[in-house]
Amino acid sequence: MKTASKLEKILSQGHFVVSGEVGPPKHANAEEIIEHTVMLKDYVDALNLTDNQTAIVRLSSIAAGVHVLQAGGEPIIQMTTRDRNRIALQSDLLGAYSLGIKNVLCLSGDHQSFGNHPAAKNVYDVDSLQLIKIVKDLRDEKRFSCGEELKSNEPRFFIGAAANPFADPFEFRVIRLEKKINAGADFIQTQAIFDMDRFERFMAMVRERDLHKKAHIIAGVMPIKSARAARYMQKSVAGMIVPEAIINRIEQASDPKAEGVAICVEQIKHLKTIEGVAGVHIMAVMWEDIIPTIVREAGLYPRPQL
Amino acid sequence: MIIAESKPLAEIAALIKNARKILLVGCGGCVSVCLAGGEKETGILASELRMLRQVEGNPLETIEVTLTRQCDPEYVEMLANHLTEDIDCIVSLACGVGVQFLAERYQKWVVPALNTKFAGGTVEHGVWEERCGLCGECILYKTGGICPIIRCSKSILNGPCGGSQNGKCEINPDTPCAWQLIYDRLQALDKLDLLLELEPLKDWSQSRDGGPRKVVREDVKLD
Repeated sequence: MKTASKLEKILSQGHFVVSGEVGPPKHANAEEIIEHTVMLKDYVDALNLTDNQTAIVRLSSIAAGVHVLQAGGEPIIQMTTRDRNRIALQSDLLGAYSLGIKNVLCLSGDHQSFGNHPAAKNVYDVDSLQLIKIVKDLRDEKRFSCGEELKSNEPRFFIGAAANPFADPFEFRVIRLEKKINAGADFIQTQAIFDMDRFERFMAMVRERDLHKKAHIIAGVMPIKSARAARYMQKSVAGMIVPEAIINRIEQASDPKAEGVAICVEQIKHLKTIEGVAGVHIMAVMWEDIIPTIVREAGLYPRPQL
Repeated sequence: MIIAESKPLAEIAALIKNARKILLVGCGGCVSVCLAGGEKETGILASELRMLRQVEGNPLETIEVTLTRQCDPEYVEMLANHLTEDIDCIVSLACGVGVQFLAERYQKWVVPALNTKFAGGTVEHGVWEERCGLCGECILYKTGGICPIIRCSKSILNGPCGGSQNGKCEINPDTPCAWQLIYDRLQALDKLDLLLELEPLKDWSQSRDGGPRKVVREDVKLD
């Protein structure tokens, strides 16, 4: 064990993990975060807290992570390199760890042009791979990115990274994943999977390179409420592939929500059979209360107790 | 070259609204090539401003001079003969460098007529594109001659990010993904191995983040 992370412990014991996601609110009250944590903590092993996702200002992921922690959950704070330079990133890593957070997911973040502050200046002093290396060097080399030694109490994060098998160039995606693992990623959460064939091809390349033995690969799924939502993701969300067959199924269903859950459960059951997939990350955006149903129906309840 | 484009006429008119006589200074350098601030554009702007003020019943007197370059004191000096007492304001049609060189040399109010956009080149007649981020430490030898600093919307050095799809950047379907271009070029030149190593943190102190930069060449200095 590299860290005191519960997520690392569950993964290292070989359990098929389940993580969920909570988007912090656009205000300064944590009630929703606490409610979601209480509702989900027995159904997921960890909860991601997004970092100003789609570049819209929200309650900070670190603060949200502390609320999750206090409500009995295991937070994974997302950290993007869009808004902070290497000084602020390292400072926030020290601060987050001092508050009890043990997991961080390193991202470049959505471009500010998608959000509600398109006139903002982006930072991108470092990219997501370089951030992974920064977090790893703080932990394992006990030094800051400038090379200066961190004399004591280094932050010991369990380091996460994202992989998107649906972005291009496809054949480079596994190589970039390997770069992330070499930089220090301990676990990977993928973009939401709808095109299972492409994901299978991706995982075959992952296994060829033994990457699933070097990092825990958690597959992303996303339950869809309606055909319109599916269509929106197909057309308007960057880096996603939503096959027509999935949209047709939801369109033709008498109860689209139930069909969305059924598809998600089928996907999870299938993902469980793919060698090298260490768990699922359920991104139920604006539909967090469906997670318990999905986890139960996928046969992933109860969760392992530590 | 430095690519610039004209500010809207109304904006320039507002900048000189209290002036009765102005000196418009064109530049024969980059902004002449990109058709924003050369002799021809200086003449057109002068007559547009005069007509506008004529209509307003507040006539404007203009003098137009186009210097070989405004970023060079040798040429900036040539303006001295034209700068009479009665000139209220200088309108520079140069990039931001030229505007500042005029302001540094002369005790007159200087306003810019252009918005300085970027370092780029002509891709077709009437179309200019950005190519260099002026970061101060060129890495083009690692990326097949395609600059990720300025052509990737996130300036990432270990791309492409998850927003690259069908060769396009997530920010705009018309914007090519710089890292897809880099990937394709390195593949064509059989140099994909360049992308296997993690590119370390960049030293941005060589870029504008280190404050105003200066290049000194002792070998060509005169003193």
